[in-house]
Amino acid sequence: MATKPAFAPPTNETAHATADLPTDAAISRRGFFTKLGILFNAIAATVVAVPMMGFLFSSITRSRANGYLSWVPLGKVSEFPEGETRLATFQNPYVMPTDGKTAGTACWVRRIAGEQFQVFAVNCAHLGCPVRWFPQSGLFMCPCHGGAYYRDGSRASGPPERGLFEYPYKVKNGLITIQAGELPTPGAAIAELTGEKPPWAS
Amino acid sequence: MGIMIRKIGAWLDRRLQLAAPVREMAEHRVPRNAASWWYVFGTAALTVFVLQIVTGILLALVYVPSGAEAWSSLEALNHTVTLGWFIRAMHGWGSNFMIAIVLIHMVQVFLFGAHKFPRELIWIVGVFLLLMTLGMAFSGQVLRFDQDAYWGLGIGVSISSRVPILGPAIVRLMLGGPIIAGATLSRFFALHVFVIPGLLIGFVCLHLLMVLKLGINEWPVPGRIVRRATYEAEYHALTKRDGAPFVPYAVWKDMFFAAFVILAVAACAVYFGPFGPTGRPDPTIIQTVPKPDYFFLWLYALLSLLPSSLETPALLIGPVLVIAGLLLLPFLSGEGEKSWRRRPIAVLTVSLIAITLGTFTDLGGSTPWSPHMNAWSGDPVPGQYLHLATALERQGALVFQAKQCRNCHSLGNTGGQRGPALDTVAARLTEDQLIRQVIQGGGNMPAYGKNLSPAETTALVAFLETLHPPGQPPARDASRAVALSEEKESGARP
Repeated sequence: MATKPAFAPPTNETAHATADLPTDAAISRRGFFTKLGILFNAIAATVVAVPMMGFLFSSITRSRANGYLSWVPLGKVSEFPEGETRLATFQNPYVMPTDGKTAGTACWVRRIAGEQFQVFAVNCAHLGCPVRWFPQSGLFMCPCHGGAYYRDGSRASGPPERGLFEYPYKVKNGLITIQAGELPTPGAAIAELTGEKPPWAS
Repeated sequence: MGIMIRKIGAWLDRRLQLAAPVREMAEHRVPRNAASWWYVFGTAALTVFVLQIVTGILLALVYVPSGAEAWSSLEALNHTVTLGWFIRAMHGWGSNFMIAIVLIHMVQVFLFGAHKFPRELIWIVGVFLLLMTLGMAFSGQVLRFDQDAYWGLGIGVSISSRVPILGPAIVRLMLGGPIIAGATLSRFFALHVFVIPGLLIGFVCLHLLMVLKLGINEWPVPGRIVRRATYEAEYHALTKRDGAPFVPYAVWKDMFFAAFVILAVAACAVYFGPFGPTGRPDPTIIQTVPKPDYFFLWLYALLSLLPSSLETPALLIGPVLVIAGLLLLPFLSGEGEKSWRRRPIAVLTVSLIAITLGTFTDLGGSTPWSPHMNAWSGDPVPGQYLHLATALERQGALVFQAKQCRNCHSLGNTGGQRGPALDTVAARLTEDQLIRQVIQGGGNMPAYGKNLSPAETTALVAFLETLHPPGQPPARDASRAVALSEEKESGARP
């Protein structure tokens, strides 16, 4: 005893049956609308997915547009005695309001002589732990896996495959500035293959 | 009163229609021998997961996922908010318990052959659950935004950066910007609180649904072989012949163990307290020795002990092989013996993996490969080594301390263990060999030639020459005296 529900659309009984169970290849009215509905949703999904993906991946693409890297001042040349290596800090050029203390970065500044410098990232070239400078033995040592580097940043021992990352620097009007802003990672060497060469990949 | 409740129940069930399926689920027949204390770990993992959700929501009431404020909000939880320390401790210990229980569950399932036909997909979903649990542990460590979290993330990023071609893009995607900062924390918050838990809930439901549909694994009996053609019929016959309803026949053991686990987490939380936070995540403070959480210590150890040429391939290919192996396991051994008594290779594999991971974890706890950054100024040369020493030898001991040799070499069991202990070095190396080693380095030791004056080298080697066991003379090159005297005779040396 099939009583028609009140909300059922007033359709022809036979047309209803064929629309639900199309038996031949011919496109029925309902089948067509279902397909059209799927297509319509696919278009809507694409329209919103493109900006969503753009948002999600913006941290990758942004760097090409305006550049994460900038020249940041480290201080007066006179603050760095000749022949010594000192820790300097700077504010990252690309900052978000929620960064807090993490916007700061440290680097090791070695003044060789006059205006000749080497500026090293504190991040170990092995896995990024902060290396410490020991002036007595002239070594940078990493507390994590025991990487060690000589005073010129070259690898001395331990697991790192290369020397310390170096920032490009400029000296102008008695001020030293470095090109910085992106976390140096060991993968940078591989990035060179893609033609995208970060400044610390020496 | 009782009538009222029954009426409300009937009213609800007429609309929900859930009572019958729930009863069917609760009373589904399980093999009697599966109602074992060995079968409680799945329920325990689910219990801890629910506990993590509850404590996680409570923490989210106070925690601020902002690079600028996360650390202070953790401090407030520890010290200001009533019982904040307890909820943090429960969540932290719950995380450790969850990984441990999931691993035990996995080993039990493997040794009892529960991954075999027809339960392959339960195992595969379980592998994803394990990966998500580890993902929760890592992202949770990041949310505890302190120095360890900051530099631990740096290690994670450095590993990811080594992926060929895509490395730098993956790094920026992980960080949400060019450096580890506010955006990084926010996206790990989204992962830890929305994405992974959502997936976990979905996968846990699938996992459970399949256990209900396919039936819990029967107790493995040696000699009872799994065959695709006959297994299902045999299992149904078994549950019919020797089965019992899950509730109440088996469930009480699950309930007891679940309650025990909750109490154990709470006891650890009360006794040991919350994890951290350690120092403020300020990258300009570099006086830090970052260390990962317990369940990643083995990886930390592995990263230090692998030869550098093997490191990148091992890091990138290793996980793929391990995950592929786990996923393929039920297809490679989908039939045959279930009992561990007849599967020696399975038992050996589990033991080998357990011993390896245990050893690496233990090493990761003591980190013998890390220099002791303060040993040179903090651990003096033991007094007995300077007893009756000459002025030159004492000067050498000073050089030994001042040049940070001590950071990597121990004397009297204090100091670094990166290099060999030097208590008996003079018995191993001759004077010439000591000089060469100090000046040129080698064998994982930096060369000190440019950082030691000839006078310092002489003094240092004079001190090292005194380091030999009493009654055993220092090593010497038998031909040295001859060579020197010949030189003298020929006038080559004044």
